[in-house]
Amino acid sequence: MGYANDKAVVVTGLGATTPLGANVGDFWSGLMAGTSGIRLLDERFAAYELPVTFGATIAVEPAEMLDRIEARKLDRSEQFALIAAREAWADAGSPDVDPDRLASVVSSGIGGVHALLDSYDTLRERGWNRINPNSVPMLMPNGPAAVVGLEFGARGGVHAPVSACASGAEALAWASMLIRLGKIDIAIVGGCEAAVHPSPMANFAAMRALSTRNDNPQAASRPYDVDRDGFVMGEGAGVLVIESEEHARARGARVYAYVAGSGMTADAHHMAQPDPNGSGAARAMLRAVEDAGVSPADIVHINAHATSTPAGDVAESVAIRAAFGDHADSIVVTATKSMTGHLLGGAGAIESIACVLALHNRIVPPTINLDNQDPDIHLDVATSQRPLAAGTIHAINNSFGFGGHDVAVVFRSA
Amino acid sequence: MTEQEILEGLAGICNDLAGVDPSIVSMEKSFRDDLDIDSLSMVEVVMACEDKFGVKITDDKVNSLETVGDAVTFIAENA
Repeated sequence: MGYANDKAVVVTGLGATTPLGANVGDFWSGLMAGTSGIRLLDERFAAYELPVTFGATIAVEPAEMLDRIEARKLDRSEQFALIAAREAWADAGSPDVDPDRLASVVSSGIGGVHALLDSYDTLRERGWNRINPNSVPMLMPNGPAAVVGLEFGARGGVHAPVSACASGAEALAWASMLIRLGKIDIAIVGGCEAAVHPSPMANFAAMRALSTRNDNPQAASRPYDVDRDGFVMGEGAGVLVIESEEHARARGARVYAYVAGSGMTADAHHMAQPDPNGSGAARAMLRAVEDAGVSPADIVHINAHATSTPAGDVAESVAIRAAFGDHADSIVVTATKSMTGHLLGGAGAIESIACVLALHNRIVPPTINLDNQDPDIHLDVATSQRPLAAGTIHAINNSFGFGGHDVAVVFRSA
Repeated sequence: MTEQEILEGLAGICNDLAGVDPSIVSMEKSFRDDLDIDSLSMVEVVMACEDKFGVKITDDKVNSLETVGDAVTFIAENA
C-alpha cells in the first residue's frame, strides 16, 4: 500500500553469530532447546569491581572464523557482522547480482567501542603516533555496513541507521523500503554489537539497567517474570539477505518469508524510560500492520523486545494490548532475550531471524526463566515450544531503543 | 645490524601486520605495488620499524621509501 510500483520483499538468506552459536543453525536449535547463552565474564573485568559479573558472550570467538590479517583491521563488532554476512550470503546461494542494485544496511547501537577505547588507551600510554591507523574505520558506526558492503561489492548504497537497541530492526525496515520503492533489488541487512567490555558495561550499570543476579547468571535474563531486575549484555550479529520477490523468483532462490511491512515511530516521552502508556510502540506495530496491508487480527506471533527490565516489559505489554485489544489473547509472544541476552544494535536482527524461522518452521521458541509471570503482564507468553497454524500467517518483531525509538516489522509466511 | 638482518626483521613485520609471505620480501620490491601494503598498513609498518630498530622515520621520509631496499638502507644508516 502507498508505494508506487510496490515490490514484495522476501528473505532468502540468514546468518548469525551469537551467544548460542557461530551460525544460524546453532542459534535456532539453541533457542528451541531453551539454552542460556550467558556466561561469567573473564579476568579482564575483575579489576573494575563492576556490579555485574556475567554477560551473554559470543559462543565462538571471531578470531577462529576470520583470517588473522583481515581480523586485525576490524573492530570486534565488524568481525561479527562480516561473519554473519558471509553466512547469510552463502545461505542465499551467493547470487551473482548487479552491484549497482545491491545495498548493505548493517547497524550497530554504539559502534566500534573496542577500537575507540583501545585507541584512547594507546594515546595515554604511548602517544598519538602509536595509535592504530585503521582505528577510524574500525570505530565509526557505519563501519560494519561498509565492511559488509566492500566484501560483497555493494554499490547500490551503504547505510547504517542508528537507533540504539532498535538499530538492527531499523536496518531491516529501511532496506525493505528501498526494495519496495524499487531503488534496489537486493540488500544485505542486519545489526551487530560488541559491547561486552568493561566501559560500556559500566555505562549501562550506571543507569541501573543491567541485571545483577550474580548468584545465578543463567537465570538473570527473565523477561516478564516478577523477579526480573534488568537486562543482560550480549554480543554478536545477525544478517539477512532480502530482495524483491521478482528478483528472488527469477534466480530460483529459496524464500523463507516475506518482509511484509514496517512501522517506525518515536515516544517523544523520555530519553531512556519507556512511555508507560506504550503509545509509540503501539503506533509502530499498527503502522507496520497497515504497511503490510493486513489487519491486526492477522498477527499470530510477536517476538517481543522484552529485555527483562522492570519498566520496559510492562510498557511493551501495555502497547501490545493497546494495539491489538482482545486479539492480544490470541498472539503467541516470546522473549528470546531470555536466552541470548540483549545484543543492543544486534537484537533487532537476530530476533527478526528468530521471527522468520518461527514462520518458516511453524513453531515459536520458548521464553526461559519465566517462573512467575508478572501480574501486570497481560500476554500469552510461550514458556515451551508453541506450534503456529498452517496457511498464510503473520508475525511481528518489536525493537525499541533509548532515545524513544520504536520499530516493528511484520513478516508473512512464505 | 647488517642489511640482511634488517631485511629479515622487516619481512617479519610485513608478515605480522599485512600477511605478506616473508620469502617474497626482497630489496627491489615495492611496498605498494608488489607487497600490496596500502598507506594505512605502511603507517603500521613504519611504527613497528621504529620500535624494532630504534629509528625515527618522519612522514616526509616515509613518502620516499618506495621499495624494501629504500627502507633497509635508511634504517641501516640511521639506526
